[in-house]
Amino acid sequence: MNIIDSANLVYRKTPVMTDLTMHYCPGCSHGVVHKLVAEVIDEMDIQDKTIGIAPVGCAVFAYKYIDIDWQQAAHGRAPALATAVKRLLPDRYVFTYQGDGDLAAIGTAETIHACNRGENIVIIFINNGIYGMTGGQMAPTTLDGMKTATSPSGRSVPLNGYPLDMTKLLAELDGTCYVTRQSVHSLGAVRKTKKALRKAFENSMLEKGTSVIEVVSTCNSGWKMTPDESNKWMVENMFPKYPMGDLKDR
Amino acid sequence: MRTEQEEIRLMKGNEAIAEAAIRCGCDGYFGYPITPQSEIMETLMDLRPWESTGMVVLQAESETASINMVYGAAGCGKKAMTSSSSPGMSLMQEGLSYIACAELPCVVVNVMRGGPGLGTIQPSQADYYQSVKGGGHGDYKLITLAPASVQEMADFTMLAFELAFKYRNPALILADGIIGQMMEKVVLPPYQARMTEEEIRRKYPWATLGKLRGQKQNIITSLCLLPEEMEAVNLHLQAKYRQVEQNEVRYETLHCDDAEYLIVAFGSTARVCQKAVETAREQGIKVGLLRPITLYPYPSEAIARIAGRGRGVLTVEMSAGQMLDDVRLAVNGAVPVEFFGRLGGIVPAPDEVFEALKTKLIKENV
Repeated sequence: MNIIDSANLVYRKTPVMTDLTMHYCPGCSHGVVHKLVAEVIDEMDIQDKTIGIAPVGCAVFAYKYIDIDWQQAAHGRAPALATAVKRLLPDRYVFTYQGDGDLAAIGTAETIHACNRGENIVIIFINNGIYGMTGGQMAPTTLDGMKTATSPSGRSVPLNGYPLDMTKLLAELDGTCYVTRQSVHSLGAVRKTKKALRKAFENSMLEKGTSVIEVVSTCNSGWKMTPDESNKWMVENMFPKYPMGDLKDR
Repeated sequence: MRTEQEEIRLMKGNEAIAEAAIRCGCDGYFGYPITPQSEIMETLMDLRPWESTGMVVLQAESETASINMVYGAAGCGKKAMTSSSSPGMSLMQEGLSYIACAELPCVVVNVMRGGPGLGTIQPSQADYYQSVKGGGHGDYKLITLAPASVQEMADFTMLAFELAFKYRNPALILADGIIGQMMEKVVLPPYQARMTEEEIRRKYPWATLGKLRGQKQNIITSLCLLPEEMEAVNLHLQAKYRQVEQNEVRYETLHCDDAEYLIVAFGSTARVCQKAVETAREQGIKVGLLRPITLYPYPSEAIARIAGRGRGVLTVEMSAGQMLDDVRLAVNGAVPVEFFGRLGGIVPAPDEVFEALKTKLIKENV
């Protein structure tokens, strides 16, 4: 059998991904989500019409892996950049890719107001409950009792307040049209996340408002677990606080 | 409404900026209200340029968001601008540092008010250091223009865009509450068309408009983790700044040819000093005035040359003496350099300046 015959092809790396080896830790969710974004751009044939806004954090180098035009924002400011890009280029697909420190802490104002204005953009929100890039410090989304570099005895509500469910908050805003929470820890979950991403990208041309896709993710290095343990820990601990599914679809 | 000709109007400095922005083909304005410059966005909202030229005008949630919207728009090769006043400018410093490093052209207007802190809404020039010495983190420069009339508010809006795109660098219009609020006759320039996407792709191939088939991706970033690469970025910026310093120094002189004493002042303070120079001349004292138009690049050579022929320099500012440092560096000890300033929103009067000239400079030389 000639395996390179297109009839026999069962898998093809999307050409929207570059050939660069990723800097992400083995087991990290970023790689999977990057691939899904690239596949959606490929399948929708919008590589020439898509502009990505990269965050500060582990995904700061997203522009190295997804072969489209990118702007890299200051910490938390991606939704402000995306607002201007989309307003000036309304026929382009514009998305931000942000972590929980970026989106739910330092960029809270920019995120809420972009969503509240109903900017026709896609916000991809990677929530792993920790600051990965800077070495595993506490994030707004860190669970109660979760140990991090800046909460070595575990997050304490009297000291640090409650874990922030930013996605729930964004779903409350009139400007959002599609708000969903997904994950990429299993084949089924990966398929659902891809479907959600496709829907979000399609929404951005329908003038319905902002689409937000939270991907509850693992940071096995930051969590100090194996990739497999991380997935289990995420299902057992993260999912009860951040339950899967659509929060809003209009 | 649109004309191919110049128009003469009576208007506020802030209004002139808004009019000039639309006329020079600005693509996007992003701002946040703050006194004494709110008329810029108010005028734009009133003129509704999105219906005529297609210019986007958006009120942001903060100055932090405004400057980052400017980043996004400028990254697409669009003519983008924002405006604010002193406290808001402090919030924009993060964005300006990123924009300077990513080499994005944009225009920022600061209509200065008295600080520090929330301060006062009255005019000041105390953001000089912040404007020309960096302001945000890292080694970078903003091309800084200091208008002294409503006419210059309009003219410098165009000039600022021209310089910003010429050098791929943010350009700052550093005005003060007087220039922003006062009304004068202004000749408004004719309308220029906004750049088409084809033009942007041709002239600014770095712009993120979407990666066309067969082209390589464009990435707007200020990140460079390897120190050797980051040093190279810095050296490139420094080389660019040397070019700016060589080509773009602008200043105006009054009665400097035979001046024994030189006053250096910028913006509205220069106009106050002009009156003081006239008073001094009426009394037979040979005083000249040098008004820096670009605060960065600074007219150091001209100041050194003119001051070197005389007996002393008086720097006048609405601050505790910030530009004074640059005047002293320029003069380099050749003659005495004295300072007179009013703080916290007080505008110096011409007779105060004349008095300072006599007591601080002339008497010492007698």
